[in-house]
Amino acid sequence: MTAKKGFNIFEHELVPEHRILSEEEKRELLKRYKIRLSQLPQMLVSDPAAVALGAKPGDVVEIKRKSKTAGVYFYYRLVVEG
Amino acid sequence: MELDIALASAKALKKVIGSISFGILSPQEIRKMSAAEITVPDTYDDDGYPIDGGLMDKRLGVIDPGLRCQTCGAKAGECPGHFGHIELARPVVHVGFAKTIQRVLESTCRECGRIKLTDKEIEEYMKKFELVGDRRKAREKLIKEIHKKAKERMVCPHCGAPQFPIKFERPTIYWELRRDEEGNEYKHRMMPSEVRDRLERVPDKDLPLLGLDPKNARPEWMILTVLPVPPVTMRPSITLESGIRAEDDLTHKLVDIIRINNRLRSNIEAGAPQLIIEDLWDLLQYHVTTYFNNETSGIPPAKHKSGRPLKTLAQRLKGKEGRFRGNLSGKRVNFSARTVISPDPMISINEVGVPIAIAMELTVPEKVTEFNVEKLRKMVLNGPEKYPGANYVIDPEGGRRRIMESNKELLAEQLDVGWTVERHLLDGDIVLFNRQPSLHRMSIMAHRVRVMPYKTFRLNLPVCPSYNADFDGDEMNLHVPQTEEAQAEAKILLEVQNHIISPRYGGPLIAGIQDHISGGYLLTREGAYFTRYEVEQMLMFAGVEVGELPKPDRVENGVELWSGKTIFSLLLPDDLTVWYRNKLCDEPERCEPLERLIEEKLVPDPEEVRKLAYDGFVYIQNGKLLSGAIDKKAYGREDGIILDIMVREYGPERARLFLDQVTKLTIWVITHRGFTTAIDDEDLPEEALDRIKEIIREAEERVRRLIEAYRAGELEPLPGKTLEETLESKIMAVLAESRDNAGKVAERYLGMNNHAVIMAKTGARGKILNITQMAAMLGQQSIRGKRLYRGYNGRVLSHFKKGDLTAKARGFVVNSYKSGLTPQEYFFHAMGGREGLVDTAVRTAQSGYMQRRLINALQDLKVDYDGTVRDPTGIIVQFKYGEDGVDPMKSWGGRTLNVDRIILKTLSKVREGE
Repeated sequence: MTAKKGFNIFEHELVPEHRILSEEEKRELLKRYKIRLSQLPQMLVSDPAAVALGAKPGDVVEIKRKSKTAGVYFYYRLVVEG
Repeated sequence: MELDIALASAKALKKVIGSISFGILSPQEIRKMSAAEITVPDTYDDDGYPIDGGLMDKRLGVIDPGLRCQTCGAKAGECPGHFGHIELARPVVHVGFAKTIQRVLESTCRECGRIKLTDKEIEEYMKKFELVGDRRKAREKLIKEIHKKAKERMVCPHCGAPQFPIKFERPTIYWELRRDEEGNEYKHRMMPSEVRDRLERVPDKDLPLLGLDPKNARPEWMILTVLPVPPVTMRPSITLESGIRAEDDLTHKLVDIIRINNRLRSNIEAGAPQLIIEDLWDLLQYHVTTYFNNETSGIPPAKHKSGRPLKTLAQRLKGKEGRFRGNLSGKRVNFSARTVISPDPMISINEVGVPIAIAMELTVPEKVTEFNVEKLRKMVLNGPEKYPGANYVIDPEGGRRRIMESNKELLAEQLDVGWTVERHLLDGDIVLFNRQPSLHRMSIMAHRVRVMPYKTFRLNLPVCPSYNADFDGDEMNLHVPQTEEAQAEAKILLEVQNHIISPRYGGPLIAGIQDHISGGYLLTREGAYFTRYEVEQMLMFAGVEVGELPKPDRVENGVELWSGKTIFSLLLPDDLTVWYRNKLCDEPERCEPLERLIEEKLVPDPEEVRKLAYDGFVYIQNGKLLSGAIDKKAYGREDGIILDIMVREYGPERARLFLDQVTKLTIWVITHRGFTTAIDDEDLPEEALDRIKEIIREAEERVRRLIEAYRAGELEPLPGKTLEETLESKIMAVLAESRDNAGKVAERYLGMNNHAVIMAKTGARGKILNITQMAAMLGQQSIRGKRLYRGYNGRVLSHFKKGDLTAKARGFVVNSYKSGLTPQEYFFHAMGGREGLVDTAVRTAQSGYMQRRLINALQDLKVDYDGTVRDPTGIIVQFKYGEDGVDPMKSWGGRTLNVDRIILKTLSKVREGE
């Protein structure tokens, strides 16, 4: 799971927390924003974070970012091929 | 008949556009929308009358006055025109789709027409299409991938037929590279009819994989069998003064097409040899191709008799002056005016001075009601030539009549409720005011009209920064909204006071500038007192209404005196309380006791505050300025705290009033006190000059010692730097320090009675550095952050020895602007100055380009009602606008709330209750 050389990118302070959503959470997310899967922002499976998580195309990743003004800010990305 | 048309158009008006979809016209559709088949390659007969079946056929609409359209019966100007059609004797390729046709041919089977993918692949790709949704880039990538895969399949997976590669020869020829039984290769030219046959065989269900929508774009429609003929209104002929008719380029092209088409048909009917028919066919293809696009690569452009290339369909749409950029995205408009701008500090910031000549040309339609009949009748009676007049009246039936000297009495008499009068601009009308380049939303704002004499637009100074306007010859545009809806929208969204706070940094953008700030300081600094006469004058000038003057602050020799602070306080709301350290605060220890006092008592006794009063610390208690002088931090751009709070707590209208009054008040003060800056503002006493000389001598000595150490090899290199770089950076540090020291000396001798210093310290204009350079010393000149070194071999100027590293040889200017530069120093200064000029030129070009790209990328994004930021297809960009959903314009310097301010307001309310 972890990338080569045993370096875990999530231990770096500039890399926000990533998490793969469950099917249930995915449905809930799409319902909340009234969108189709194709309308989510995307990330490549080759993205270092996706590689480290072991995400597959079709997964939705929740990114928990720190925000100066809002505290925490959740961002969601659909993993796509490439 | 006519009644039917009237009814139909009344019904048609009620229709609303729900959506627009683009597709390819099918031959059936072309015939269905056609009003006439065009067969005659001619326009008008010898009498100048349109020929039936010709390109100017009356069924396609009319452009000659007097004639009636044979399709709709309307006159020229009312008939929108109707399409006709030409039946082509043989099909031809539509150039615009040549590439797409190639792709479809290559991806489908030559026998069964199915896409050359296995059923499993088809299913897979269908799924991928679903995932891609509306993302254009990803979609195009997927289509390309499918094409590549299908093209390489040399045996059809559905019917097993062998496949041949297709060769496409631009612009419109397709070859099939066939192979006979013996394995010999040969080329076969596919004529458009053959191509069409193959395209027809592609089943609907395979089309989505080729990027086509079977409902709107069947592939065989890309081969034309019927050509639509645009209505005459789209290609009007013009009659020159000499009486000669000149036809539109499109008409010329259509004449060519019909002529060749007829020849081709008669040749086919006569059973001419195949070779002749193919030649004519190719010629027809050439004409149809250039009819669509006369800049098609690979073929010579069709030319006019004079040798000028024809402007055909694609040329009409393309480019800066084309239909899209020239007529749809940007167009020339009526009810607009443009002239030079000049300043007028006496009008409000939300007003614009409009020259009377312009006010009489621009009009506002005003509906006549029983309340305004009399006013409007008077204006109609004044006519177009006398100022508050009118240019047109519109009767209840919609008939427009020009008001002239001869008919104005009659029209005024007829005027009644239900009519509309297009009257001249009046004071208070709402107009849009704009200066190019319109880089942000504050480049177009709504102003109230003030009709004035002379010929320039007048605007008040605080709005200059938002338009980036000055008065060295700038021109601006003015637009008059014509409907009540547009006027209301402009009033609510665009008026100047609604833009005082910039959405860029959440602080005031429209604010006091330059003299407003210097004047504010002169008015409110400690020791500024004014007589009753002066106070009355300045308040009158500023338009401040006070029932009674406050009690005088001092009486000296029987003369009543008011402090500037008391007068300034008259402009503030009664319950405004703020405190802050301003730009003049250079002794923080004098602010601290005041801050402590405020913290302890919250609402301290005014007398106590006055005792501690310090120009560098502003304290306003319940609308009374008790301590501190006004500077840029009060109502200046970017950091005007008082103005900022005023907008947010008392509303834009109150802030506008404050800004109007305070600018006028301070201008009165500065004009009546007198405010100049001259060369003697930079005079320094002998001892100061000696001290500066000493600083320079010391610096040069230290530089010399550094160079000696370097030469002797005693210099220790700094980490990451070579020895030379170490020397340079140490020298630069020494010289920068010496200039700072010289500046400090100058500052010590130039006090707050020096106008240049007042401007610099209050933030009105310039920096202390500018004064230092004028009075004490210019300092080190540099290019790209380094001391000057280029020029001659090993030296900058021939006046120095090669390899001279001393301060003076490398661009250190010891003189000031006042003392005067030596020729060498002057040259150094010019070198450094040139870099600045080049930098600004390059920077504006680069940032302009960057801004364009950024705006192009962002312009269609919007914040949805659920707080998400989406593009027009609904793809989410941010899940909450700016991560926190805060409108920066309504935030406190980017933060949602100013907690301190809320606590303060609550506490003082509680205290007052006690």
